[in-house]
Amino acid sequence: MNMKNEAGNADLPAPVRQDSELVQVLDAEGNVLPQASVPDLSDRQLLELYETIKLARHFDQRAISFQRQGRLATYAPMTGQEGSQVATSFALAEQDWLFPTYREHAAKYAHGMELASLFEPLRGYREGYAIPEGVNVMPEYIPIATQVPQAMGMAWGHKLQGKTDTAVLCHLGDGATSEGDFHEGLNFAGVFDVPAVFVCNNNQWAISVPRERQTASETIATKAQAYGIDSVRVDGLDPLAVYKVTSEALEKARNPAPGALRPTLIESVQYRFGAHTTADDPSVYRDESEEEAWRDRDPVDRIEKYLYNEGILNPDLESEIQDRIEQEVSEAIETAEQTETSPDNIVEHVYEDVPARLEEQRDELNRLREKYDDGAFSEVLE
Amino acid sequence: MSSTASTQTGQNAQRLTLVEAIQDGLYTEMSQDDSVVVLGEDVGKNGGVFRATDQLYEEFGEDRVIDTPLAEAGIIGASIGLAQTGMKPVPEMQFMGFMYPAFDQIVSHAARLRSRSQGQYSVPMVIRAPYGGGIRAPEHHSESKEAFFVHEPGLKVVSPSTPYDAKGLLAASIHDPDPVIFLEPKLIYRAFREDVPTKPYEVSLSEAAVPRDGSDISVYTWGAMTRPALIAAENLSQSHGIEAEVIDLRTLSPLDIETITDSFKKTGRAAIVHEAPKTGGLGAEIATTIQEEALVHQEAPIKRIAGFDAPMPLHSLEDYYLPQAVRIQDGIRETVDF
Repeated sequence: MNMKNEAGNADLPAPVRQDSELVQVLDAEGNVLPQASVPDLSDRQLLELYETIKLARHFDQRAISFQRQGRLATYAPMTGQEGSQVATSFALAEQDWLFPTYREHAAKYAHGMELASLFEPLRGYREGYAIPEGVNVMPEYIPIATQVPQAMGMAWGHKLQGKTDTAVLCHLGDGATSEGDFHEGLNFAGVFDVPAVFVCNNNQWAISVPRERQTASETIATKAQAYGIDSVRVDGLDPLAVYKVTSEALEKARNPAPGALRPTLIESVQYRFGAHTTADDPSVYRDESEEEAWRDRDPVDRIEKYLYNEGILNPDLESEIQDRIEQEVSEAIETAEQTETSPDNIVEHVYEDVPARLEEQRDELNRLREKYDDGAFSEVLE
Repeated sequence: MSSTASTQTGQNAQRLTLVEAIQDGLYTEMSQDDSVVVLGEDVGKNGGVFRATDQLYEEFGEDRVIDTPLAEAGIIGASIGLAQTGMKPVPEMQFMGFMYPAFDQIVSHAARLRSRSQGQYSVPMVIRAPYGGGIRAPEHHSESKEAFFVHEPGLKVVSPSTPYDAKGLLAASIHDPDPVIFLEPKLIYRAFREDVPTKPYEVSLSEAAVPRDGSDISVYTWGAMTRPALIAAENLSQSHGIEAEVIDLRTLSPLDIETITDSFKKTGRAAIVHEAPKTGGLGAEIATTIQEEALVHQEAPIKRIAGFDAPMPLHSLEDYYLPQAVRIQDGIRETVDF
C-alpha cells in the first residue's frame, strides 16, 4: 500500500480491487443463487439475450456442419462460450468499441455485425471483413494477444480527447495471457488509467495446452494485480453474471467513482466444448470426462431454465424463437453463398490508391486470365 | 511411429510424405543425440498441429518434447538460452505468420550472438516453421516471408521440396553450429511420397539441387513452387520443345551461387519463381547475383514469377495469387521468345 495514497492524495492511483471469488447469479438449474442479484434487465431484454445466445449456438452448429460438407474452410467453434460472448456485447453501449478474436462470432453479431458477413471470410471472401458504417467493431484478430495493446491505445486515445463516455472492450483467450503483448497492453492500461475492459475467455485450453501449463498463476484475474488494474472472476457459463460484471466494469471505465480505476481485467471462466478449430481433434489431448463435468452448466440451458422459472418463457414462445433463429441463420448462409469476388480484390484496399507496380501485377494476371481462361488457375498446385 | 515400424520390418527405406520425413528426421536425430529437444506450442501431447512431431512425446517424454506456453518470443528466447547450456533446441513456430513476435529474438540475438561475442558463444538451433499458401487456411496462415530471414546475416535459411531432402536437410540443420530457419512448405506436406532412407544422412546446406536439366532457360525456385515449376517445364518441353533447367535452391541463405551461375552461363536466360510478394523478395537477390556474376551470358531479361505485392488473399482467390504452372509457363515462354 502506497503511504501517500493512504494519506488521501487523489492524484495517485487507488488501491487495486481484486475479486478472486467466482461471481455467479444462476445455479446450474437456472435458479438465482442466494445473495446474488439479478441484473436490471426487462423481460424483453432478457428474451433478447436468450434469443441471441441460442442463435449463436445454432450458428455454431450450422458452421461446423457446413465445414464438414466442404462449404466453409477452417472454423473456430464457440459452443460453451456463446453466453459470455453475447452477454459481454449486451453490456456494451452502441458507441463502445469491441476488439474480437477469431472466435468471437457471437460477440461481433451482438454488437452490430451482419450474420452473413461472418460466414463470408470462412468461404474465402475478404468482402465479409467489411465493417458497416456506425458499427464499432474492429476486424477479427488472428495472431494471439495483438489486440490487447491496440484496444488499450484506442481507449487511451478516447481519454486523451476527453471522450470518456466511450469504453473499449477487448476479448482474449487464456493462451493470450502468455504473450508479451498481453503484458505490455495491460501495463499501459494501468499506467495511463484508460477506459478499457479486457475479457479473458478462459476456456481452459489453448489448442492442446491446458491452462495450468499456460500459467502457474492460481487465476488469470490475479495477473491484473501486477499492472495495478482491477480484476474480477466470473462464471463465464452464466450469462447473467457475465452481463452484470461487464456492465459494472464498463460503467467504471467510463465514469469511475472518485479514486476508482478505469481499466478492469475480467476472467470469464468457461469451457471450450468443441475443437479449437475444425482442423483440430481434442480427443488427442483431453479426456471426454472433463467435458462432461462442465456440461451441466451449459449457458444456453441455464438461461433457458431461468426464463422458464420466471414465467418469461413458455414452449410456444420457445418454438417461435427457434423458428426465427433457424430462418435468420439460413438466410445469412444463403446471402454468404451468393457472394462473388474478382481477382482484382487481391490488389484492392492494400493502399488507398493502388500503386502503379501493383496495378501492373493485376494487369498481367488479367492478361493471363484472358489468354488461358480462369480454369487454368484452379489447377492443383501440388 | 514410422521409424519404429521400418526398423521392425528391416527395410532400408520407407515411402514417406514430406511431413513424415520431417517427423522421421526429428526421431532419428533425437535418438542419436540426447541434447536435441523439441519445444513449442502443441508439439507434445498433440504431436503438432500438422503432426510433424507425432509420437515424439510418447517416445522421448515431456522433458525432450516440450509443450510451452503460447509465446513465440519466449520460445525462441528460451531456446537461445537452452543452446548456451549445450542443448540443441529445435523450436517450432506453429505457422510462419505467427513468427513475428519472435522476430526480435531471432534477428537481434540468435543471429548475432556469435559475432557479438566474437565467437565465444553460438546458437546452434533449428527454428521449424510451416509456411506458404494453397491450403485454404485462414488469414495469417499462408505467409511466405523467407526474405526477412535471408536478409539477416548470421542465419541460415532452408526450405526442402521433397521428403528425401526434408530429412537430410533437417539433419544437416541440426548438426549445423549456427541458427537455421527451417521453412516447411505445408502445401506439399502430404502431396506425394518418396523413398526416404531409415538410416541417418545429411543433405548439404551448401548445394542447390537440379531436378531437371535443360539448355534453354534456368528456372530458380524452392519449396512448394518446385513442383509447378517442374510441371511447367515438362509441359513446355512437350508443347514447344523448350527445355528448362529447374534449380531447387534448397538452402536460401547462404545461396549456392556456383550452381545458380553455372546454370545461367549454360542457358543465358532465367526465370525465378516464388510465392512471396515480388518486391524485395528473394528473386531480386538471385537476379542481381546472376547479373553480377554472369552478365555477359545474358540473352533475355530475367523474369520473376511471384506473388503479388499484396497480402495473401483468403482462399477464394489464393489460386490467382500463387504462381501456378500456367503463369510459370507463360513467363518462361516470354523469356525464351524475347
